[in-house]
Amino acid sequence: MRTNERKGGKRGAVVAMLAAGTILGGLAMPAGAQQEGRRRRGAAQEAKAVELAPDQVAQLTKIANERKLNVDDLLAAAKTYTPSGRHDEYVLFSSGGQSGQVFAIGVPSMRLLRSIAVFTPESWQGYGFAGKDDPVIERLKFKGTLNAWGDTHHPALSETKGDYDGQFLFIGDKANARVAVIDLRDWETKQIVKNPLTISDHGASFVTPNTDYIIEGGQYGTVLGYGYALPEDYQKSYRGMVTMWKFDREKGRIDEANSFALELPPYWQDLADAGKLASDGYFFVNSFNTELATGGIEKGNPPFEAGVSKRDMDYLHIVDWKKAEEMFKAGKATKINGFPVIGLETSITEGLLYFAPEPKSPHGVDVTPDGKFMVVAGKLDPHVTVYSIDKVKKAIAEKKYSGKDTYGVPILDFDAVMEAQVELGLGPLHTQFDNKGYAYTSLFLDSAVARWSLGGDFAKLHSEQPWKLVTKTPVQYNIGHLSAAEGDTVSPDGNYLIAMNKWSVDRFLCTGPLLPQNFQLVDIAAPGTAMPVLYDMPVGVGEPHYCQMIKADKLKSWPVYPEVGWNSHTQSLDPRAPKKGEEGVTRDGNKVLVKSIAIRSHFSPEHVEVNEGDIVTWRIVAAETTQDATHGFCIGAYNINLSLEPGEFEEVTFVADKPGTYPFYCTEFCSALHLEMMGYLHVKPKADSVSDARR
Amino acid sequence: MCRVLEAIVGPRIPVEELRAHRLRYATPTVLFMVARVLLLVSIFLPYWHMELEAPQYPKGLFLTAYVNHLTGDVREIDGLNHYIGMRSLGEAAAFERAAGVWMVVAMFLLVEGAAFVHSKWAVLLALPAIAFPIVFVADLYFWMRTFGLNLDPGAPLSASVKPFVPTVIGEGGIGQFKTYAEMGTGFWLAVGCAVLTIAGFVFHRRAYKPLMERARGALQEAAA
Ligand SMILES: [Cu+2]
Repeated sequence: MRTNERKGGKRGAVVAMLAAGTILGGLAMPAGAQQEGRRRRGAAQEAKAVELAPDQVAQLTKIANERKLNVDDLLAAAKTYTPSGRHDEYVLFSSGGQSGQVFAIGVPSMRLLRSIAVFTPESWQGYGFAGKDDPVIERLKFKGTLNAWGDTHHPALSETKGDYDGQFLFIGDKANARVAVIDLRDWETKQIVKNPLTISDHGASFVTPNTDYIIEGGQYGTVLGYGYALPEDYQKSYRGMVTMWKFDREKGRIDEANSFALELPPYWQDLADAGKLASDGYFFVNSFNTELATGGIEKGNPPFEAGVSKRDMDYLHIVDWKKAEEMFKAGKATKINGFPVIGLETSITEGLLYFAPEPKSPHGVDVTPDGKFMVVAGKLDPHVTVYSIDKVKKAIAEKKYSGKDTYGVPILDFDAVMEAQVELGLGPLHTQFDNKGYAYTSLFLDSAVARWSLGGDFAKLHSEQPWKLVTKTPVQYNIGHLSAAEGDTVSPDGNYLIAMNKWSVDRFLCTGPLLPQNFQLVDIAAPGTAMPVLYDMPVGVGEPHYCQMIKADKLKSWPVYPEVGWNSHTQSLDPRAPKKGEEGVTRDGNKVLVKSIAIRSHFSPEHVEVNEGDIVTWRIVAAETTQDATHGFCIGAYNINLSLEPGEFEEVTFVADKPGTYPFYCTEFCSALHLEMMGYLHVKPKADSVSDARR
Repeated sequence: MCRVLEAIVGPRIPVEELRAHRLRYATPTVLFMVARVLLLVSIFLPYWHMELEAPQYPKGLFLTAYVNHLTGDVREIDGLNHYIGMRSLGEAAAFERAAGVWMVVAMFLLVEGAAFVHSKWAVLLALPAIAFPIVFVADLYFWMRTFGLNLDPGAPLSASVKPFVPTVIGEGGIGQFKTYAEMGTGFWLAVGCAVLTIAGFVFHRRAYKPLMERARGALQEAAA
């Protein structure tokens, strides 16, 4: 009996434990996990190990011969071909040049993923086609008039500790000295700031290692604050500048009120780069036209192209931005056109600005991943010149100057700050880095990419002599920028490099006299002399300048907007977004408010009646939550088109000044009944013209 | 009155009898307890799943029913259903979903009560819990049938889709969609609850039938 009792007790305990386990297990199991666990179908196909059978080899050989492909071509195809449904490893964010856009391209497939409208109205994205108070149009205006294009140059991904964090993308507009902020959750431009000092720029944009500031370097000397002066007054009245835009990561916006600029001599400042790690707290800007040439070919003076290239040396600008920030915060800036500018004199007396001589009209200045060296490419000099930040700091401390420039800025002694000069070839422009201790420099005139070995701590990573040219790969043709995978961060990946060629000449079918640019994918995975070109991608929309390549898994893009009624301008739920049941038309005097919902496959309401001259505000929400179920909304003849991505809310205001009956429709092929997704806007003519219209 | 109650509740177990045959009396109680726990846990687990598969939904669409709510791609499925004139899922089984948790709690308490009732009447108390899984499936079928057969004739695709009964368990299909439906963990726990309750009664009868008979005998003796 006793044993029985004990057994019973034990069993009871076991049952109780089981029950408790079930309860805990049941509670802990989230519904989502349950759902995931249910998935049986639709998963991407697993790659199988390839083993070519003799008949397959024969087939492959036959195709290769028919298509005139050699073995290297087959290997290149194998390295880049990305089967349907397979995703790229990297995303390239490229400037779109005069298109005013940004392009996102998958690497290694080199497929265009999409464009992002930035400085130019773009109808597919409904960017700038939302009627008369469109916030996009408002932000594109300069002094009250629409500036409907931009010349995007240098994209800069936001960084944390000097590494891409995938949150934001900034890009500069050379033509109008503007900087845009793109939110990489929905890939939309959120803000454009216009530089209050200068009309055009070049050195935008570059970020400090934690994206505290976005650097916008200028270019052509002007009278700061959009002033006026003739070339006779160039030295006295013209100035250069560099602007530090404060970035508020929380808000995802540039904080203009906490931004400032530094006045610079009227040399033509060129590209910039922020220091990192060893050089954190500094940034570097190249310059040319230290000749202060003012051109005037029409008066028999040497043209700019000659006057600007006369001297053997120009000046690398070395700016202590952390100290400059202190000066700004201490109120040492004066206002020009309402914008705080630290004057040249302050910069000189407070030691914010130093020059280092650099060979002949350089273009890029690029900081090595460890932050210890700055590489300046000579453009008109066959070398890259490498400067050491340690030597720069030492020379500043020991006041090793070789003189002062016209404006009193101390010039550091070249030999005291220079670490190495590496002869690469003709027309070196820009430099990127990999994870094997190599640097890559574009050679414009040679039309080649040069791989060369770094010194310092990098020498441990490769088996070459430090600071030596290793190999050159010809590219087609006239390479400008180049971009290696995360190649301007503290931890480059190597693997791939993009040669951004300005000319394509014979690479593609002739597309009339205007040819596409040529993005070439270069395989930089193997060390030494092997560095083959894998793929040519024609870019037939604008002339791109710089691009950056980020690991795709760093991007945390939204598949749809977080909630239905989302305002993408404010990145928040908009209380004005019409909810189900609120659809309809209301009138207040001559103001008409339309509350509309778009859902597959109809708009509600479908008939909207207004009077000629009414001011119509149309609030419309895409009540969709499914990926890719995007709608459009256009009213023909009223220059209105919206892209209503799942969940998105938009507001359009226009004056109904053209009487008639206007079909409006969904411009995205959203569903099988997409053509039926339409309605009519009836603009009733003013009283006396009714009978005319009937006739 | 007291007699009627006594007849329903059944005889109590004498202390010495309980001491002598603890296992005999504990078994039904423990089985009922586990059954109750399973039923309670099932509230938190899905009772039914449906997966819809179509070319343009590579990840599939999912519908998951709990005793008191519906989760998954309800919004999208409603959106698609409007083309064929099916009412939105939120309108289905509104009463059942509102009352679901309370009904389960009631069944839980009734089974608990059954453990204390030592007469045949205990079966009556546990009957809802035993019948619950069958009732659930029947109700699901009822709603699927009601919804499928009563399509709005004014819907965009009503000309091309005839009324139909969606599949409750197994494979079905409508338009370009294939559907796969099956019962979920919560449902199987409810089934487990029913099975354990039935098993509990086998032991219940074995333990209390002799007691009942003895008590009846004593009563007859007293009457005589
Ligand atoms: Cu649509």
